[in-house]
Amino acid sequence: MAVTGILLVLFLFAHMLGNLKIFVGQSSFDEYAHWLRALGTPILPETWFLWIQRFGLLAAVIGHIVAATVLAVRARRARPVRYAHRPKVQGSYAARTMRWGGVIIVLFVIYHILDLTTGHLNPIGDKSAPYGNVVADFAPDRWYVTAFYTLAILALGFHLRHGIYSALRTLGQQTADGERNARVIALGVAVVLCAGYLTVPFAVLTGLVT
Amino acid sequence: MKLTLRIWRQNGRADKGRMVSYQLDDVSPDMSFLEMLDVLNERLTLEGEEPVAFDHDCREGICGMCGMVINGVAHGPERATTTCQLHMRHFKDGDTIDIEPWRARAFPVVKDLVVDRSAFDSIIQAGGYVSAPTGSAPDAHATPVPKANADAAFEAAACIGCGACVAACPNGSGMLFTAAKITHLGLLPQGQPERSSRVVDMVAAHDDAGFGGCTNAGECTTVCPKGIPLTTIGRLNRDFLKASAKRSDNA
Amino acid sequence: MTELFSVGDPIADTKAPDGPVETRWDRRRFSAKLVNPANKRKLSVIVVGTGLAGGSAAATLGELGYRVRSYCYQDSPRRAHSIAAQGGINAAKNYRNDGDSVHRLFYDTVKGGDFRSRESNVHRLAQVSVEIIDQCVAQGVPFAREYGGLLDTRSFGGAQVSRTFYARGQTGQQLLLGAYQALERQVAAGTVEMFTRHEMLELIVVDGRARGIVVRDMVTGEISTDLADAVVLASGGYGNVFFLSTNAKGCNVTATWRAHRKGALFANPCYTQIHPTCIPVSGDHQSKLTLMSESLRNDGRVWVPKKAGDDRAAADIPEDERDYYLERIYPAFGNLVPRDIASRAAKNVCDEGRGVGPGGLGVYLDFADAIGRLGRKAVEAKYGNLFEMYERITGEDPYEVPMRIYPAVHYTMGGLWVDYDLQATIPGLFVIGEANFSDHGANRLGASALMQGLADGYFVLPNTIGDYLAAGPFEKLTADHPDVARTRSDVEDRIAKLLAVDGDRTVDSFHRELGRIMWEYCGMERTDAGLRKAIDLIRGLRDEFWQRVRVPGDGEGLNQSLERAGRVADFFELAELMCIDALHRTESCGGHFRAESQTPEGEAERDDENFSYVAAWEFTGTGDAPVLHKEDLIFEYVHPTQRSYK
Ligand SMILES: Cc1cc2nc3c(=O)[nH]c(=O)nc-3n(C[C@H](O)[C@H](O)[C@H](O)COP(=O)(O)OP(=O)(O)OC[C@H]3O[C@@H](n4cnc5c(N)ncnc54)[C@H](O)[C@@H]3O)c2cc1C
Ligand code: HEM
Ligand code: HEM
Ligand code: SF4
Ligand code: F3S
Ligand code: FES
Repeated sequence: MAVTGILLVLFLFAHMLGNLKIFVGQSSFDEYAHWLRALGTPILPETWFLWIQRFGLLAAVIGHIVAATVLAVRARRARPVRYAHRPKVQGSYAARTMRWGGVIIVLFVIYHILDLTTGHLNPIGDKSAPYGNVVADFAPDRWYVTAFYTLAILALGFHLRHGIYSALRTLGQQTADGERNARVIALGVAVVLCAGYLTVPFAVLTGLVT
Repeated sequence: MKLTLRIWRQNGRADKGRMVSYQLDDVSPDMSFLEMLDVLNERLTLEGEEPVAFDHDCREGICGMCGMVINGVAHGPERATTTCQLHMRHFKDGDTIDIEPWRARAFPVVKDLVVDRSAFDSIIQAGGYVSAPTGSAPDAHATPVPKANADAAFEAAACIGCGACVAACPNGSGMLFTAAKITHLGLLPQGQPERSSRVVDMVAAHDDAGFGGCTNAGECTTVCPKGIPLTTIGRLNRDFLKASAKRSDNA
Repeated sequence: MTELFSVGDPIADTKAPDGPVETRWDRRRFSAKLVNPANKRKLSVIVVGTGLAGGSAAATLGELGYRVRSYCYQDSPRRAHSIAAQGGINAAKNYRNDGDSVHRLFYDTVKGGDFRSRESNVHRLAQVSVEIIDQCVAQGVPFAREYGGLLDTRSFGGAQVSRTFYARGQTGQQLLLGAYQALERQVAAGTVEMFTRHEMLELIVVDGRARGIVVRDMVTGEISTDLADAVVLASGGYGNVFFLSTNAKGCNVTATWRAHRKGALFANPCYTQIHPTCIPVSGDHQSKLTLMSESLRNDGRVWVPKKAGDDRAAADIPEDERDYYLERIYPAFGNLVPRDIASRAAKNVCDEGRGVGPGGLGVYLDFADAIGRLGRKAVEAKYGNLFEMYERITGEDPYEVPMRIYPAVHYTMGGLWVDYDLQATIPGLFVIGEANFSDHGANRLGASALMQGLADGYFVLPNTIGDYLAAGPFEKLTADHPDVARTRSDVEDRIAKLLAVDGDRTVDSFHRELGRIMWEYCGMERTDAGLRKAIDLIRGLRDEFWQRVRVPGDGEGLNQSLERAGRVADFFELAELMCIDALHRTESCGGHFRAESQTPEGEAERDDENFSYVAAWEFTGTGDAPVLHKEDLIFEYVHPTQRSYK
């Protein structure tokens, strides 16, 4: 769980940095998309690296989901009779919503890939010019797309805040100070990622990026 | 004060069980929660009904025998308090109180609010000890223990084995209990020789007993009457990873 | 008085070796027959109880290779009542270099027991105490430590040396968990078989030997017999005969009382320790009393208002209108006088109408000075958990207002009579821990019960039981042996009888009433007239019990009312014997204070001339006059003096 989760976080960072190139300008962003495909070309055929990365990512996601499902099934089996009085949340809401948060994120990613990678759901859908796709996506009159992205990214933020904090403990963080640091790190990462991702749609929405 | 109690009644393992309502007048705020149930039971006995079965012994928060889920919270609304140490002054006149047993597959209901927690004993059997046969001990001062470690070990060792952590965990996990013992023994020099095998065996016994896995939900520690911290689970994880690495080295 | 009991033959031999007291234990160990290791596997031992005594004994016997079967009534051996001990455990380690030694611990214990214990036993206890600490540390018991990493000790319960090892306010818990873990290790190893939620209801005696027990599976209700080569009872004390006590709710006398009925002598039943620092009763609903560790008296000051009926709040009573009566009456020991003295002093000031809190049954234990002197932080570090517990129960904050305390029944020094080997008068029956009478005389010193329980379980019994078992394995028995089958059907009949009464009073109502009688007439202060009255009341109430008790449900399955009913029925019989014992002992000693026997200043007056003996009682039938057997006590090393703490 923790290992796959951390891989996913690494991807999220890389992806965010890529996305932020949008502020540098259209060509930079498009170049980046091309660069992604060309990466490793002398050694590997074009887009291979991308595909390797995609498989890695997919494996991580699947591993992650499988692990989450196994835990969920075990949990269900471990408590065959539910409480009549619904237990109060004593820990944190972020912790209680991990599973739902995960599902929302997956649904989002599917939509998102159909939107920006394959272009099927994108108003422009020009694969060679992602800049345009992105700008078109978050146009003010398509505010609902922005809203959906925002929601998904906030869900992601919650998932990450608890996820990272939790992963650190899973990997053996074991002191009271460490506990405090873990909380700060998790919150920090979640906020940075959320902010990083959210700037793009909002920049488009507000016309900062056209 | 007057209270409405809704209590889980289940006559034996095979019975399906149900919530049953009782009215109770004349509850004094100085009563403990269990004394309030005593009053109910005295009345039920005289009315020819079977009293509510619930576990208890010391009634001073140390034996770990008592425990019920009160309004959805294991051991009730007071933090760091066992059911027997919960007093009625924390409730209001006219309240309705739902009382249920610990719910977990590893803790089957025996009757009403009484559950079978022998799964905890089996976790300890798997390695929750130091192998120190009687009579073989060196002088107690042969090995000094840094005070900080001794204190932290004590805090983990304060676990009373009540099972509230399991009752509260959304995954029905007994990881906090297991981790408390791992931490207690892992912090002391006496616990070192068996440290790797202990964690691997105890976690295996924990999983075999039918407890769920820990996803760090953190609910356990909030209901724990002894405030066993989540860092103990981190310690368990670290010991477990180290031990697993060592095992694969040796294999 | 003769109609209440008769006097039988004195007890001739306790099997203690003679010679210098320091060498007796070594010599006994050497003279004890050994069991061939290959034979140990063929020998089985039943251990009833998993407290410090039973848990440590079962684990150790398992390690030695015997086949052990261990019983407790709780759902896990870890919950035995020893878990509740707070203060600490004594040991003559002299780590402080403050003049402690085995001899001093021996001396203090004999003196503390008011010269009603055996020198041989007490000396052995002091010797073994040293090994206990080593053993527990090796098991990982997290005792309190100092910054240098070495074990911390404190002075406790009036001792003038610092010999009490502790683990915050949870020493009993930590020691018990150590024994429990050792026990579970043996369970895993297959040498000990554990039966939780099983209650022993009868002892099986065949051909004069203890050969097994009848138990009820408290979950299924099944009654079964378990047969073995020896039976060890470690079932704890009987303080719950008073209903309200600091004992756990389930503590009972059933195991030892049933053995007594089968022929084991019961010694000194009237010696009860009343603990001075408990949280006072708050109302009729009260189900038990909570002890505040005695260590609180190290820093707290006990006082009441000088004026009777002064109902001002503590803070409004000026310094010069307070009576720090322990410091006043006992300037040398002050707040640290032994338990019996502190308890009776509290009763006296309350009887004078100077008590505080509801019903005037309480005295203040004030930490204001300590907080001023050491700072709140230091007080919190020392007593934090006790203060929290107090606040949880009373709703008052002891950092702000003084605690209220009152004495409560705490420990029973009496128990089944055992010889030096811890063997009762029924061969093959061994009794250890609080269940026996052996080491504390008429009064137990603080932090000595844990020491005795572990001494018996880890070190004494495993050595002495071999001497008996060396003659085994004994004749094979099966459940259909007539004596076995009869014992079992007796148990079934008794349960059927309890269920059949179907009266109109609850078990608890009887228990409460019995407790009130005992507290009133056989509590802190006893008189001839009071005890006689108590005996009448107890007999009347016992008859009423068997006619009017209502035990709902049936014998199949978990029935907590039935469990309690059986225990209360036994308490009735014990209560009568306690009163008879208290009545016959017309002296005051230790925990037994006879109003007729006091000095002009109101201090206890012992009568060594006539009462320097252990009173061991033989059962002759319910309500019939028991027979008294005396075991004379001989003091060669510590010469009896009248205790004085002034
Ligand atoms: C609140 C409190 C604080 C104390 N503090 C201290 C202290 O600080 N220092 C000190 O030295 N002493 C202290 N004591 C005294 C000390 O704790 C006890 O005397 C001692 O622990 C008794 O141990 P034990 O093993 O003999 O019996 P227990 O621990 O009482 O164990 C009895 C066992 O017998 C079993 N049992 C009983 N009856 C039956 C039956 N019929 N069938 C099957 N099983 C049965 C029970 O299940 C249990 O396992 C304290 C006592 C109390 C009440
Ligand atoms: C159906 C989909 C998903 C489910 C059910 C799910 C569930 C979970 C759960 C239960 C945890 C906590 C595990 C623990 O504490 O050990 C977790 C952690 C985590 N998840 Fe997800 N998740 C899903 C999808 C995702 C996705 C798509 C991402 C990233 C884009 C992600 C990133 C993380 C991270 C970084 C962690 C922290 C790692 C850890 O705690 O071990 N998750 N997830
Ligand atoms: C608003 C913020 C986001 C923007 C602007 C954005 C933009 C893009 C773009 C332009 C692509 C296509 C890249 C290409 O094909 O060259 C893409 C792909 C992708 N994005 Fe995002 N993204 C955002 C948020 C997210 C989030 C939050 C996640 C995950 C939880 C995510 C996961 C992915 C994945 C998995 C791909 C496919 C990668 C591949 O093709 O290998 N994105 N994104
Ligand atoms: S960890 Fe806490 S909640 Fe869990 S068994 Fe121990 S004391 Fe009870
Ligand atoms: S609530 Fe459960 S998931 Fe883990 S942190 Fe506690 S055991
Ligand atoms: S009854 Fe012992 S902890 Fe509550």
